[in-house]
Amino acid sequence: MNIVEKILARASEKSQVAPDDVVFAKVDKVMVHDVSGPGVLKVFDKLKNKGVDVSKLWDPSKVWVAEDHFVPSAEKVSAENIVKLSNFTKNYGIEKHFKYGMGQYGICHTLSHEEAMVMPGDVYVGGDSHTNTTGALGAFACGLGHTDIAYVLLNGQIWFKVPETDYFKLNGKLPDHVMAKDLILKIIGDIGTDGGNYRTMQFGGSGIDEMSVESRLTLCNMTTEAGAKNGIVEADQKVVDYLSSRGATNAQVFKGDDDAQYANVYEYEASEMEPLVAKPFSPENVAVVREAPSVELDKSYIGSCTGAKYEDLEAAAKILKGKTVKIRTEVLPASISIYKRAMENGLLTIFLDAGVTVGPPTCGACCGAHMGVLAKNEICISTTNRNFPGRMGHVESETYLSSPMVAAASAVTGKITDPRDLQ
Amino acid sequence: MKGNIIKYERDNIDTDVIIPGQYLKVHDYAELATHAMEGLDPDFHSKVKEGDFILSGKNFGCGSSREHAPIALSHSGVKAVLALSFARIFYRNSVDGAFLLPIEIEEDAYNGISEGDEIDIDIGTNEIKNLTKNQTYKMKPFSEIIGKIIEAGGLFNYKP
Repeated sequence: MNIVEKILARASEKSQVAPDDVVFAKVDKVMVHDVSGPGVLKVFDKLKNKGVDVSKLWDPSKVWVAEDHFVPSAEKVSAENIVKLSNFTKNYGIEKHFKYGMGQYGICHTLSHEEAMVMPGDVYVGGDSHTNTTGALGAFACGLGHTDIAYVLLNGQIWFKVPETDYFKLNGKLPDHVMAKDLILKIIGDIGTDGGNYRTMQFGGSGIDEMSVESRLTLCNMTTEAGAKNGIVEADQKVVDYLSSRGATNAQVFKGDDDAQYANVYEYEASEMEPLVAKPFSPENVAVVREAPSVELDKSYIGSCTGAKYEDLEAAAKILKGKTVKIRTEVLPASISIYKRAMENGLLTIFLDAGVTVGPPTCGACCGAHMGVLAKNEICISTTNRNFPGRMGHVESETYLSSPMVAAASAVTGKITDPRDLQ
Repeated sequence: MKGNIIKYERDNIDTDVIIPGQYLKVHDYAELATHAMEGLDPDFHSKVKEGDFILSGKNFGCGSSREHAPIALSHSGVKAVLALSFARIFYRNSVDGAFLLPIEIEEDAYNGISEGDEIDIDIGTNEIKNLTKNQTYKMKPFSEIIGKIIEAGGLFNYKP
């Protein structure tokens, strides 16, 4: 069995599973945030009206809660959702609630790895589509809606159809100035936004072995944009060390069997990769940066679960050091732990000296909610994951998706710029 | 199940246009319905009627896991979405929450059915009848588990 089949077999207490089998899998960790949490509570209300007992969760110690989409609250509906979330964790005895304004908090997917909350081999579900991110730790990590999360919170398990797995093999180390974001954009451009629908996208090969855990997180994060059920990388010693340095000393190497089967294998040569963008209005609308349209940008956005991990900020700072931005540029570290490291290591000074505004962790502008949304006809280059119409603001605004290096280089010139071409 | 078609002849209708991100903070189902399809068709709310069906191309509902998307459509009166294919979370949310029926169709139905056509969907025989044009098409049958959850009226009523 491959790694996903092994995880789902273990979680459903079967000796063997194969693609298309339907299993009820026991869940190891569950996440809700300030959008899905109130949504789940609405499902609880409906159940209560039908006489279902919703007074206790199956295991509050396996649940954790993030405040990320609408913090800081811009208006009262968002503020009330945060109050609902606080009442929820208090009433149900959930201890892991990462609150805005109280130490460590940030984007839910970022916390999953920064706080080492998910272990290799886990079944981890979250009330957010980019839950796929955490598959980079060797877990089966999958996004679900409110009804399904409510079901998990009450029953501790959920149904899955065992997915077919496509294996994406990267041969060799990515060149300088080419990031994991470029590789995943390349893959989505090749297979399309439905190319991974209902499937697992697994990443491996010498280039992935070489890659940092944070880069692998970027790959798995955007498997969502290909429609995948989950993205995954087998957990090697790097993952064990990464988790251990964040306090989880019980993590172990976890891989598929030697005779693991894959539906398709795609091979990529790292030496052939170059910086890319996804043009409006789809993540599959991919172009080489050097051949991208010469548009006047209004904004560069370095944020989100996809593109504001420590390594992403470090890459952007390398480009922005000693430069001045020509367009409105925002850096929003994805968690307080990342924010603090960026401060301690001088990255924030580099950003501020370049004229960048550094903001608090939030999903805010990535999903067009608040904290810097786009006006009509504005054009943004962004390290985020989606560029559908209206995604980051007005329905007639445009977003180009890129790596942090491309977003930083473009901030300096005001045009879509390959970091290798920056003087 | 009979209804009239609202047709969007395009692929990849994503959750950001079905219910834009600024409304994610809203959990009042009736209010969400007033913003359904706002990112693509601002007239949707005024034209949709109870019992209507949406017809669209490939990968309907791609993007986020927001259950707001099937909720907004369902509370607008939409009873089924007919599409060439669906994104997985939208499909799953529609069925597990019993909001609407996601019906997978073939090219003949996609091309043959027009805006406003009256359709009769029979999930027992997997047949779609176009009452306006007097044509019949096949729908893809539901997988076993999906069929059982639909029959039960959602995941919470389903006994594994």
